[in-house]
Amino acid sequence: MVTTMKTRLAAAAIAATLGASAHAAQGITGAGSTWVYPLVAKWAAVYAKNTGIQVNYQAIGSGGGIAQIEAGTVAFGASDKPLLPADLAKHGLIQFPTAIAGEDLVYNVPGLKAGELIVNGPLIADIFMGKITKWNDPRIARLNPGVALPDLGITVVHRSDGSGTTFTFANYLSKVSPEWQAKIGADTSIDWPVGVGGKGNAGVASYVQRIKGSVGYVEYAYILENHMAYARMFNGAGKLLSPSLQGFQAAAANVDFTKAKDFYVILTDQPGAASWPISGCTWQILRKNAPRASNAAVVKFFMWGFEHGQAQARAIAFGPLPPSTVHAIKVYLQSNLGI
Amino acid sequence: MDSSEAAVESKLPPAIEEPAAAGRGLSLPADFLFHKLAVFMAAVVGATLVAAVAAIGYDSLPAIKVFGVLGFLESRRWDPVSQQFGAYPFIVGTLVSSAIAMLLAVPVSFGVAVFISELAPGWIKQPISAAIEMLAAVPSIVYGLWGLLVFAPAFANLEPWINDHLGAIWGVGALFRGPPMGIGMLAAGIVLAIMILPYIASIMRDVFVATPARLKESAYAMGATTWEVARRILLPYTRTAVTGGIFLGLGRALGETMAVTFVIGNSNNLSRSLLMPGASIPSVIANEFTEATSKLYVSSLIYLGLVLIAITLVVQILAVFLLGSLRRAPGGTR
Amino acid sequence: MISLYARRRAVNIVASSLMFAATCVGLFFLAWILWTTLEFGIAAMHWDLFTKDTPAPGDGGYGLRNAFVGSLILMAIALSIGVPVGLMAGTWLAEYGGRSRMAGLVRFVNDIMLSAPSIEIGLFTYAIMVDPMGHFSAISGGVALSILMIPIIVRTTDEMLKLVGGELREAAIALGAPMWQVVTRITWKAARAGILTGILISLARISGETAPLLFTALNNQFYSTDLRRPIANLPVVIFQFAMSPYANWQQMAWAAAFIAIVFILGISVCSRLLLRSGVKRT
Repeated sequence: MVTTMKTRLAAAAIAATLGASAHAAQGITGAGSTWVYPLVAKWAAVYAKNTGIQVNYQAIGSGGGIAQIEAGTVAFGASDKPLLPADLAKHGLIQFPTAIAGEDLVYNVPGLKAGELIVNGPLIADIFMGKITKWNDPRIARLNPGVALPDLGITVVHRSDGSGTTFTFANYLSKVSPEWQAKIGADTSIDWPVGVGGKGNAGVASYVQRIKGSVGYVEYAYILENHMAYARMFNGAGKLLSPSLQGFQAAAANVDFTKAKDFYVILTDQPGAASWPISGCTWQILRKNAPRASNAAVVKFFMWGFEHGQAQARAIAFGPLPPSTVHAIKVYLQSNLGI
Repeated sequence: MDSSEAAVESKLPPAIEEPAAAGRGLSLPADFLFHKLAVFMAAVVGATLVAAVAAIGYDSLPAIKVFGVLGFLESRRWDPVSQQFGAYPFIVGTLVSSAIAMLLAVPVSFGVAVFISELAPGWIKQPISAAIEMLAAVPSIVYGLWGLLVFAPAFANLEPWINDHLGAIWGVGALFRGPPMGIGMLAAGIVLAIMILPYIASIMRDVFVATPARLKESAYAMGATTWEVARRILLPYTRTAVTGGIFLGLGRALGETMAVTFVIGNSNNLSRSLLMPGASIPSVIANEFTEATSKLYVSSLIYLGLVLIAITLVVQILAVFLLGSLRRAPGGTR
Repeated sequence: MISLYARRRAVNIVASSLMFAATCVGLFFLAWILWTTLEFGIAAMHWDLFTKDTPAPGDGGYGLRNAFVGSLILMAIALSIGVPVGLMAGTWLAEYGGRSRMAGLVRFVNDIMLSAPSIEIGLFTYAIMVDPMGHFSAISGGVALSILMIPIIVRTTDEMLKLVGGELREAAIALGAPMWQVVTRITWKAARAGILTGILISLARISGETAPLLFTALNNQFYSTDLRRPIANLPVVIFQFAMSPYANWQQMAWAAAFIAIVFILGISVCSRLLLRSGVKRT
């Protein structure tokens, strides 16, 4: 019978793999944020080549990352949303930032090319709350003098899946629009008043490219790699900027991490003339009472990344942490883990 | 042993009961072991599945405590920021998208199965069967991305026509009016239909092929046409198995996550039109589960899964009644 | 009489054309989807896919060796658990359970599980295996997949065995064959094509499932065959790569999907050929 033969084959395969498993390579496992996945994967590949130590990081989502580090099934978790110091203390966890990224609006308006649309925070909030419904609305025109805005309806495109990108976006809008703060708020998924939801950056990008008059938000890496029409923004200091790694890093550099307990700072709407307003960050989370060897391996890996991984991070559109932040992390880990 | 004896006896005329019993007596250990093994495996299946349902129920408890049962089912609000969760729009979305999928997939699958088993020349049967089964091997993320990047743009070109023609029909027209975005309930239903086609078609084909040749041949000999054989011989003879295949497809349609997520549009606001975006229970779970951080939020998502299981249960019960009435219908062979 | 005959013929021609059209519709969509995977993935079709491991973003180059090997291992585990359990449980339902209340209950629960969202099967496996073991592992991924397979195999085996005519069983029993031989040598043999279809469909189904693996086998960017550690697998790789911003990752996701589909087709064709040669020998 075919089935019995198959079973026999399967049994043989398992026996073979069990035999092979004796030579398991050493390594550690981490899981969490989708956003930071390319960066950690990139670092891990180079790190394995240089040191022989395999750091396996998998994107199961920030919620998954937090749950797994709490359960102790991974050596480190990663989240796009920092945990409150009180929550960290409750579960015996610590956290530190990894790398900086940012996001921006993308749009599909006939006649408007990349960088030709200019927006500010309150305007974005009004558009995504459905209060501005036409592209030739005077409130858009005021920021875009001399630009021919069409008489076209606005279709809002947002992420359908829970995402750090959404959290950062909504967090920024909460800071600049009291109405957004009161009615909608910020989380990885929110109750959108208008619009259609696309799955992932790919979903949002695809909808925006296809629906005339649409506007959405995607990660900077996605804009860069896929050459999408992005908007320029006024930041809190009133300066007009295009999204750039320098802008994200400036936002991080303006945060005083020595004062923020457990690095609990969200990088949106930071002061400074060069700070990109919708910047974000991913935090690595560790357990204080994990085996010391495991924590040491994690710390060694990220310290290596901070020191040697800067060029690799830039190549895939992640901004390395400013040196002042890296120093603060070293002090923090020393005092919490003694590593 | 009781049930096995009952099962065997029900199939045997009394005259051959003796030798059968004697045969069983001769190889008692092997027979006993085989029976016990089968019982054990069935028990394992039952227990695992009951345990899985129980685990899902247990994880839903926090949300059940907060929102209750009716409150959760009726509420239209799904707001993670204020921690308010309700299932109503997703229940509707699941039922509607699956219903569209079944309406499209069942007749097409029947056509495919009859074509393979009765009409197609011998050399082409195997390749077509294999090709149809390949549809089941397409990873659901590929269905999703294909739906998003290829099918939806093509479908968007068709939607103005749907608007003008189907949208103009009195009564049901409202179902087919909307902006030509290419995504929405109807698009999700169509992609689901393609996904479940191989499940239903393969099983129908197998049972049609397995139908005793003398049944079919005697009908053909009487001058029956292919259609009449399919309609009057194959379908009645294989009714329960065909229903089983349809259920396999329905189960897949109700529970499919990834493919639906990409094309359904993911809006929590219910719309009357099938061309507008909606959301289904699995799509919400797939969208939000991995990033959900609060306990109540995670619990509410699992609770949605429990609701989905309950929906399946209701559909099952309806089907049992439906099958019961079919069995009683005149002309039933089984 | 003539008119009735003409009418029956006309109905038959219309119905036959519709059946032909239905088949064409199915094949059309298959061709369309396959074409899409090829169109987007052709750039990544390279021997390196089979000899190198998944590259880091920005590295360029292609490779899926770790994912192919990992998926094969996961499928082997799932099959070696799912087939015996599903087959025997389905056999009990059809041959022993019959219409008893107990059998009704098992069928009922089984059918409900057919539509349980696969992510919840993953969570269940997480709760019974990953949590107690304290880490993600290939073996738990295989178990999760087998739980997904079993309801399909049980359902199809049950249906297919019930279709085997009672005469065959009766003849065998009349010759004095014990029940277990009746089942293994007669009814399984008579229903083997259908049972095989069930197994193949369940295999096809699990070959593309991402959600149950995310919380069990996880994934691994490195090559590993250790059943106690996270293991690379095709569905999660396809998902992560397809959703990434990087062109070579996206191309690889499509290429991987194409190869996975063709692989399942290959298994399907081979096992059916084996089955047919088996028929000729006996």
